[in-house]
Amino acid sequence: MSALGRVVRAGVARRRVQTLVMVLTTMLSVTASIAAGGLIVASTDPFDHAFARQHGAHLAARFDGREASPGQIAATAHAASVTAAAGPFAVASASPRFEAPAGLPAGTGPALDIAGRADAGGPADRLELVTGHWLTGPGQIVLAAGDGDEAGPDALIGTRLSFPGLPGTPRLTVVGEARSVGRTADAWVVPAQIAALTPAGGTPSYEMLYRFAHAGSSAQISRDRAAVAAAVPAGSMSGAQSYLTVRAEVNRQTATFVPFILAFGVLGLVLSVLIIGIVVSGAVTAGTRRIGVLKALGLTPAQVGRAYVAQAVVPAAAGALLGVALGNLVSVPLLHQADTAYGAVSPVVAWWIDLLVPAGMLVLVVASALAPALRAAGLRTVQALAVGRTPRAGRGRTAARVAGRLPVPRAVGLGLAGPFARPARSATTWAAVALGAAGVTFAFGLATSLNRVQDGLNQNTPGQVQVTTLRRPDGGAPPNPPATAGSSATGSAAPGSGTATAGTATGNGHPGQADPAAVGRAIAAQPGTRAYFGTSFDQAHFAGVAGAVQLVAYQGDSSWGTYQMVGGHWFTGPGQAVVGHGFLTAAGARVGDTVTLVGDGRSTRVRIVGEALITGDDGKRVLTDARTLTAAGLRASPDTFSVELADGTDRATYLKTLDAALEPLGAQAGATVGGLSSTVVAIDAMAGSLTLLLIVVTGLGVLTTVVLDTRERVHDLGVLKALGMAPRQTAVMVVTSAGWIGAVAGLVGVPAGMALHARVLPVMAGAAGTRIPRADLAVYHAPQIACLALAGLLVATAGALLPATWAARTRTATALRTE
Amino acid sequence: MTPSAPSITTPLIDIREVRKEYDDGPPALVDLSLTVAAGEALAVLGPSGSGKSTLLNLIAGLDRPTGGTVTVDGVRVDRLGETASARYRRERIGMVFQFFNLLDDLTVTDNVLLPAQLVGAGRLQARARAAELLEHLGIARHAQAYPGRLSGGERQRVAVARALMNRPALLLADEPTGALDTASGAEVRELINELNDEGQTILLVTHDLALAGACATRTVELVDGRIARDTPGTRRTRGGSAVAR
Repeated sequence: MSALGRVVRAGVARRRVQTLVMVLTTMLSVTASIAAGGLIVASTDPFDHAFARQHGAHLAARFDGREASPGQIAATAHAASVTAAAGPFAVASASPRFEAPAGLPAGTGPALDIAGRADAGGPADRLELVTGHWLTGPGQIVLAAGDGDEAGPDALIGTRLSFPGLPGTPRLTVVGEARSVGRTADAWVVPAQIAALTPAGGTPSYEMLYRFAHAGSSAQISRDRAAVAAAVPAGSMSGAQSYLTVRAEVNRQTATFVPFILAFGVLGLVLSVLIIGIVVSGAVTAGTRRIGVLKALGLTPAQVGRAYVAQAVVPAAAGALLGVALGNLVSVPLLHQADTAYGAVSPVVAWWIDLLVPAGMLVLVVASALAPALRAAGLRTVQALAVGRTPRAGRGRTAARVAGRLPVPRAVGLGLAGPFARPARSATTWAAVALGAAGVTFAFGLATSLNRVQDGLNQNTPGQVQVTTLRRPDGGAPPNPPATAGSSATGSAAPGSGTATAGTATGNGHPGQADPAAVGRAIAAQPGTRAYFGTSFDQAHFAGVAGAVQLVAYQGDSSWGTYQMVGGHWFTGPGQAVVGHGFLTAAGARVGDTVTLVGDGRSTRVRIVGEALITGDDGKRVLTDARTLTAAGLRASPDTFSVELADGTDRATYLKTLDAALEPLGAQAGATVGGLSSTVVAIDAMAGSLTLLLIVVTGLGVLTTVVLDTRERVHDLGVLKALGMAPRQTAVMVVTSAGWIGAVAGLVGVPAGMALHARVLPVMAGAAGTRIPRADLAVYHAPQIACLALAGLLVATAGALLPATWAARTRTATALRTE
Repeated sequence: MTPSAPSITTPLIDIREVRKEYDDGPPALVDLSLTVAAGEALAVLGPSGSGKSTLLNLIAGLDRPTGGTVTVDGVRVDRLGETASARYRRERIGMVFQFFNLLDDLTVTDNVLLPAQLVGAGRLQARARAAELLEHLGIARHAQAYPGRLSGGERQRVAVARALMNRPALLLADEPTGALDTASGAEVRELINELNDEGQTILLVTHDLALAGACATRTVELVDGRIARDTPGTRRTRGGSAVAR
């Protein structure tokens, strides 16, 4: 081995603490960067990545089994521009009743589109199994993985589904959950099972999945669709879904996440770079005296520079390798959370991140090591020998002088002055802790705001009881009333008059709907009813607004059950409306403006009196008094009644009695359940995980720099101990030196985190098609700010505890001997 | 720690059957016994590896013996834990090192004040004591200077002032002239004599026979961890002012 090689090997092997610090630092930085980078990449066009991976279908077409035979449908695979096709798969639509395993509530679910499919692979729309296993025979069903399975991916495995509306009430067991990127079905069974899921005398429809040579635009997809339709008997294609529609929906959801993922990712990356910079340059600087010795022995400046860069790179490379392994490990739950959020994320970190991050870190290590190594190599030998490991003389003297006069114990004073001896390193540590504090502050604000938004959205389903008047499509009992905010909107509970007010349902409603007037009377007559109103959901058109708009019409006094308002006020009578942000944008209107509701041969002017927090329907929703519709020649019949109970009323008893009264009418009552958006759950979980990662990286960053500082000043520590500094005083001094950097960093990091929150939340809300009420953004108050400001102090103190203990335990004689 | 006032009959340092062994190599001290009376200036001589520094470390409470007892100023130093030995050092002994061991980022005054600040002494009293010592040792004009600007002799005077700050019963000096030029070395020798004349008990560790001859009232020579010779010194105390105490 060459002399230079021996120098490098000895430098790495003999300086164990320094080597360990380098390994640890690089490992953590690479871990954090891989996790951050992996998430950022996962948040970039997740649909497109998943679509490519799964050979997603550009078009999912449905065919009427009475109009076209399976053979005719299969022949469409040869239509022009079709490059691959899967199917035909027989499809049945049926409503299951869940017979849940112990611990989970049973209930009736919505109708499922169930495709008969022998295997999960194929030339198009390859299904990714999320949990469980693929079908092995009849009696089993694989469900489409939901966008947000907050109960956990395995929660439904083993659940029994029965289909009471079908002959023989077939029963299936859930054996797995799979994901189709194009959402081509709600569930899959083996082809032989489809017959049992088809109503007596019915004919199943068929699904055919296509990939085309040209499918980049709606126009191309339309041409492709026309070519397929031309290949089967006219009118037999009953519908088709373009992947572009699903893609737009997924991308909109992804856009909600991207701002905060980017914020955390950038914080993590910058933090990693800072910590690497501190530690590597510090480690090389600490070797200045050794550099002097090597030069005295005849090594040239270039050899010294190479040796010291190599001494930094060897442990850094080991740390980087460990970091890649740990980073991938840490990324598993994070990517799972992202997958839960987006529904289309690869479960593993992209391969090129595993290469790019460690390579980038090693370049950073070389750059950080090169400058001090060359500076030390350029020193005159005697100068390098004299500089030794102590900080450059003259630094921090003013601070030491001032700290010596402070009315604090001397150990505290020395600790306060300590950071000024290495101003650049202290400033970098400060910046790292400030970033950590900003991350914690941002995460706190994000979670608090989102929870408030969730509470606000839950106001969209007001009252303790919901009554639905709609019968099930299969003629069974009415479905459960809407309970989840955002997906369906009804009003919210607020003080009423204390007496029940009659609903003013008009007409007899839709076919399959219980008589709303009779339902209203039953509710009003029910003891314990304090107030109620009815709501109906319909599509409507407004002049100057492209496409249909979701219109919610209220019958009765809804003032006690309003949405959370972003601006303006709730409507007080007909001719007024409260709208979502998406509607304002689409109409180019503001609160106070008037829009025209286009009715059945008539139209009416509606004044926008308020903007509400609405995330559903892209915010293109209008809430108004039902009488507004009458003015436009439209009729509204309540689908749902929201009921507020009188004080002291037992809800369970009330529900039982009301449900019995409603049963003959074909309506059904249910308890209002506070919803919890899977998006909010996923964001909370990811923010929590990322914050924890930031805290750990920051704390360990502080630890490594304090270790470096303590090692460099070990001789001074020996002197102080020889003068009588007790172990406790030594620990206090070391902790103070890091703690007060953390305290100051917290004071800056907290406002930075608050600023980030104020910037990112509106962007996230914008992606969700809404604005956030000011009250939901104002989450930082004096007590919270004070607690968050302490975060920097706590992280820095925690990071310094270990080296402080080491310093306190170091034997004085050993420390004094250390050069 | 149970201090008791030293008397004429009680030695300030009482070392009995002390043995010190390290992990490898021969023992540094072998069943060494030694007493030092208050007011003595004892020079411990010996070649490298004879156990001088080990003996100094045991007396200073920086290290613990493998066997035997070390009692200084009535305190069983060999039994002290880390915190108690730190308290012992700051209250009962002062240390002067070959390379001064001043903190470069503190002024002369702040260096001297350190031991008093570590015991939590009153601010005004400590400053007055520091000023008195600096004046007495002839370095008052450098009170606000940083150690890096002083000569070796001046730095060692600062170190001595720091060592005397808490009026220690015992002053330990480890090669106090080892890093000094001839003139500065002579200055320090004179200072040590003055302090001893004022009643300060001093234990010098050195291999400088000239220093021992000039300063010691008694000389002990160590060879391979044992006392080879214990002889009275040539110097006699004169008595004087009581700045050191």
